[in-house]
Amino acid sequence: MTPLPPRTLKLDALAGKRGEKLLFSGVSLTLAAGQVAELRGPNGAGKTTLLMIVAGVVRPAAGKVSIEGGDPEGRTETDIGYFAHRPAIKARLTVAENLRFWAALNGNPPESILPALETVGLAPIADLDAGNLSAGQTRRLALARLIVSDRPIWLMDEPTAALDAQGEALVAKLIDAHLDRGGLVLAATHHELGLAHPSQTLVLGQPLVAA
Amino acid sequence: MTAFLAVIGRDLRLATRVGGDALTLVLFFVMVGVIVPFAIGPDSATLSRLAPGIVWIAAFLSMLLGLDRLFRADDEDGSLTLFRHAALPLEAIVAAKVIAHWLLTALPLIVASPILAVLLAMDFAAWEKTVLSLLLGTPGLVALGTIGAAVTVSLRRGGLIAPVLILPLSIPILIFGTGAIAAGNPDGISNAALLFLSAISLVTLVLAPFAAALALRLSED
Repeated sequence: MTPLPPRTLKLDALAGKRGEKLLFSGVSLTLAAGQVAELRGPNGAGKTTLLMIVAGVVRPAAGKVSIEGGDPEGRTETDIGYFAHRPAIKARLTVAENLRFWAALNGNPPESILPALETVGLAPIADLDAGNLSAGQTRRLALARLIVSDRPIWLMDEPTAALDAQGEALVAKLIDAHLDRGGLVLAATHHELGLAHPSQTLVLGQPLVAA
Repeated sequence: MTAFLAVIGRDLRLATRVGGDALTLVLFFVMVGVIVPFAIGPDSATLSRLAPGIVWIAAFLSMLLGLDRLFRADDEDGSLTLFRHAALPLEAIVAAKVIAHWLLTALPLIVASPILAVLLAMDFAAWEKTVLSLLLGTPGLVALGTIGAAVTVSLRRGGLIAPVLILPLSIPILIFGTGAIAAGNPDGISNAALLFLSAISLVTLVLAPFAAALALRLSED
């Protein structure tokens, strides 16, 4: 188990807008290596928007996101593994081809895909077109992509959506393993993730509560 | 380099798997050549005089029509968002996509150009010049089109906006492209047009990945 490069994620008085509507403001959070925070709130509270701001996809209306611990001259984007609603999977490529592409794009060897496929339980159908996968299997493939990308910071948007009970347990196991390696996780979720590690809970619109 | 080739390989594989997708543009290109003799008459002297311009217009239109697919699918399935976090910088990913797009939309047209040459009564020398000018001019066209596609990717149903946006900007390519093959030109003028065409292509190829990557970064805001 190779340790991940230690990073600290700091959100400083973030405010987020979608269109003209202010969704949240004054959100602050510090996550160090090996820590996890669950992001909660009703539909439309801005959980996805907050994750997109942290991912650097959307600009915050106020405040700033900083990732510390890396090369100050380097790109902080390459610390982030973003597990979003949209799976970024091509229906016309096979499961293995999809994964091999993302491994190559992130500078990882093609051999890394097989253990990842075994972890998420898709190894027997590696040669099937990804278009034939069910919604849950597509999510599992996206999880495998997160594994082969090998990033210290995981941003997960409802990681258990569309997954069966085994899949939910798999997500918890992956997150725990990621934290053991010194990674950090920010996950928007409506369900208990059932983690072995203690997690902070960030409720949008309310102050931070430690669990 | 592996990452760069992986992007090209993925785009080529996707386009060839769909089947027909790349072929439709070639058919469109050939069909423009087929309908021209019906419109202006079968007089081979007139046709061969107009041929370079017709080939260029046909190539120009078919390439503009193909622009929308450059980033559309990647935007819809979320790949475009994840490209920002890739180890390969977004600019390099765009450059790889430019190369893949040229291989998929321009190269097949050049391969199909002998069909048009026959239909339009071009002689061999004129066809040779046409191929040369297409080879030099189409990379610039793809590069300009990439900027247009990147700017319009966030507009759902923005299908024809990129071509409309890019068409005025690509007129110089059309002028020098046809100028380089215009029949009866003394060699000196023809060479100058070819050099201009190469210069435009090189400049746009260098700038396009940066401009398009910037547009893509701003697109979700």
